[in-house]
Amino acid sequence: MAAMFKSTNLRSPLGRARGLGTAKEGLHHWWAQRVTAVALVPLSLWFVVSLIRLAHGENGGFYDWLLSPINATALILFIAVGFHHGVLGLQVVIEDYVGDHGRRTVLIMLTKLVGYALAALAIVSTLIVSLGG
Amino acid sequence: MAEFTLPANSKITAGKAHPAPAGAKNLRSFKVYRYDPDDGANPRMDTYQVDMDTCGPMVLDGLLKIKDEMDSTLALRRSCREGICGSCSMNIDGQNTLACLKPIDDCKGEVKVYPLPHMPVIKDLVPDLTHVYAQYASIEPWMKTETQPPASGERLQSPEEREKLDGLWECILCFCCSTSCPSYWWNGDRYLGPAILLQAARWINDSRDEATGERLDNLEDPFRLYRCHTIMNCTQTCPKGLNPAKAIADIKMKMLERAG
Repeated sequence: MAAMFKSTNLRSPLGRARGLGTAKEGLHHWWAQRVTAVALVPLSLWFVVSLIRLAHGENGGFYDWLLSPINATALILFIAVGFHHGVLGLQVVIEDYVGDHGRRTVLIMLTKLVGYALAALAIVSTLIVSLGG
Repeated sequence: MAEFTLPANSKITAGKAHPAPAGAKNLRSFKVYRYDPDDGANPRMDTYQVDMDTCGPMVLDGLLKIKDEMDSTLALRRSCREGICGSCSMNIDGQNTLACLKPIDDCKGEVKVYPLPHMPVIKDLVPDLTHVYAQYASIEPWMKTETQPPASGERLQSPEEREKLDGLWECILCFCCSTSCPSYWWNGDRYLGPAILLQAARWINDSRDEATGERLDNLEDPFRLYRCHTIMNCTQTCPKGLNPAKAIADIKMKMLERAG
């Protein structure tokens, strides 16, 4: 914001306030955060309960547990939705705190690349185990 | 960009002490932010011992007593002294509020007075509001219609439609809310902030206005609108008891409603 008040910036106040105009987007990102958050409520509860039961040996071994299509599907959903929610949230944090456009763009790109790569790795690993690989 | 430390030329130094007049017994200490753009010095905190036996009850009374009787160099904005003009908004005892509505007795210990946070300071307690006024102009805060007015000249509104403006029209544009919002501190160049978004909601909710969609279009932006994360500093600090966070949430729900 400080750059706006430099003496070299002679643009009119209204010109500065209007800037480059609107991006014509934002709702989708905001709504996706809410939808993923709601989806994560049951998925997270299921995941924690499953882990506790697995730790107590109630579901047999982890390998057997993951052979169930319901467990495998729920775990893949938990991974996909969780990583998607995490990437959306990190993007908001970066937009909030990183002002420089270049640095912001690189950080958001890295967040997406690393986040979705890790999600893919976790999903593929789950599939290999659940399909008996 | 988030700025967690003050720039070198904004760091506050110890200021001058202004003792009470001789014979004063009932004293209250005011610590007031002072900055003079002409002397090239850093801002400082001056201390004034104010005689409460001859001072009105509000912080504005104390500040005007300081200016009138102790130190005429103190600069501040004020006008109506009854909470309707929004001029004397400042940070008092750690909260943004109107000096004319804040009782001195409600302050803990010394009465600490700063200008509205994170705004460029013109002098002492006078912030530069150029940008926030330009942001206000950018939402075009006037009624926009294509339909000619009826022969009576008055565009009618039912009581129910008029009720939708309650909690919005009362805003006096003091900017206590916007300057209490971290999102506005970090991204105020693009984020419109709670005060302006509440004003936008005031026109979006006006049944007589015919530019609702255009108004929503102008807010559909990650920075203009969606920097609000509903931490509600704005609602907590509003000296008029309004709820800008709810107004912003209502705008987002309208965006959702029109999307499907």
